Amino acid sequence: MPETVWTSPWAGPVVVAVALLLGLVLAVMDALARRAPAGGRRADVLVAPVRDGARMLLERRGTTIAPDRLLSTVAVLAVPVLALMSAAVLPFGGRSVVSTSADLVWFNAAEALLWAAVWLLGWGPNAVHPLVGAYRFLAQGLAYELPLMFAIITVGVGAGSLRATDVVAAQAGGAWFLWTMPAAFVVFLIGAAAFAFWGPFGAPAGTDVAGGVLAETSGVDRLLVQVGRATFLGVAAATAAAWFLGGEDGPGLPGPVWYALKTLAVMALLVGMGRRWPVVRPERFADVAWVVLLPATVVQSAVVAVLVLGGFYR
Amino acid sequence: MTELLVLAVLGAAAVCTGVLVFVVDSMARATFSLLASFLATGVALLLMDLAYLGLLTILMMTIEMAIMAVFMIMLMMNPAGLMPMTMVHNTRGSVVVGVVAFVVLTVGVWTVDWPDRPGPRPADATAQVGEAIMGDYMLVMIVVGVVLLATMVAGIALATHRGRYDRFGPDLDRDPDDPVRGGLPR
Repeated sequence: MPETVWTSPWAGPVVVAVALLLGLVLAVMDALARRAPAGGRRADVLVAPVRDGARMLLERRGTTIAPDRLLSTVAVLAVPVLALMSAAVLPFGGRSVVSTSADLVWFNAAEALLWAAVWLLGWGPNAVHPLVGAYRFLAQGLAYELPLMFAIITVGVGAGSLRATDVVAAQAGGAWFLWTMPAAFVVFLIGAAAFAFWGPFGAPAGTDVAGGVLAETSGVDRLLVQVGRATFLGVAAATAAAWFLGGEDGPGLPGPVWYALKTLAVMALLVGMGRRWPVVRPERFADVAWVVLLPATVVQSAVVAVLVLGGFYR
Repeated sequence: MTELLVLAVLGAAAVCTGVLVFVVDSMARATFSLLASFLATGVALLLMDLAYLGLLTILMMTIEMAIMAVFMIMLMMNPAGLMPMTMVHNTRGSVVVGVVAFVVLTVGVWTVDWPDRPGPRPADATAQVGEAIMGDYMLVMIVVGVVLLATMVAGIALATHRGRYDRFGPDLDRDPDDPVRGGLPR
């Protein structure tokens, strides 16, 4: 078996930097998509995420009456840490920082831990709106989690392995999983937007509940959570590029360029579609997720399983 | 040596956070100390090269605890679980049960004559465990799985407050009258 772990001492810091960069790029794209160029200069929009981040860094932290400080702190730290954990299984040139026999489950587990982190984020301040947002997130979780798991396992079935580097290797030569797993790809992106409670799935932090889980989170705490959300979504876009679009695979250009282009394309698709949809209420999304997305992903994985048995994926 | 040390720390963390479940006075803290205990166990499994089992433990326990937090806080007599409350009932009885179970298990662990490994170490321990558990019983497992699913569906169908006749009328031809509208035009 070829070595699949990136053993250099620089591997960890480099992947952390890459993950944060992915988050920043996503945040800038999001700002561009959201703010129509009415009035302000385009350059303002481009630096908006950085400027907002600096403001949060300098801002004084607000507090509520009798908050659960311990659980708040755990939640605020967990969101960015989990985002970086999910980046640990990103495959680069046939290697990743963490390479286990179940990388796909690793990503899934990092994302599932958000259930706890976001609920705690809403619980911590001891205030109504964050708690409403927290319960909205769990309701949304019940909707997106199962279709997302089926989408992820479809990738594993197609590759015949749960190791991220094997998944990329199985798509070499243009045999990208997107061609045979379009439904899983779409559901993966929907799940990514939903677990980052972003765009149309932003109800847990919606303006109708005064900011929901983020209502009472300010200063550095808010910065950490927002960086974590953006990083998670950026890493998910790169993960989608690796799992469904073959990662570095492509003719002519060097591998890393292909990887970056695909990641940017997935981000553009995510942001472009996501910002065109209104916010979906979790109970409505649950209906759609269980009646449409779940059967679609089950059929998708069944089709891929039949293709595997037929020797389609070599 | 380092691995053994980390394993010991994880084990101690799992036990300590498990004890904390009964010490803390809030429903949220109790739930998430239990989750911390499970996470320590999951990471310990990861250290033993059981990646799939360890990650699955982390994944499933997280979602389970999050859902449990919803129900515990919903069903406790103390609204929203915001007021401090005690997490133990029948202290004396549970102490006896706990001590007896601990003694039996500890005596068992140290006195049983564990067999030595006969062959070489398997390359993928998870596959080995799966083979050992499922290998000969695959058909039984599949049948049991379907029966369990049917039981769950039937249980929900029996327990649900509003069946399809309540929603669509006696001839199933009315527009559904739902308290919470779904996302699909049905």
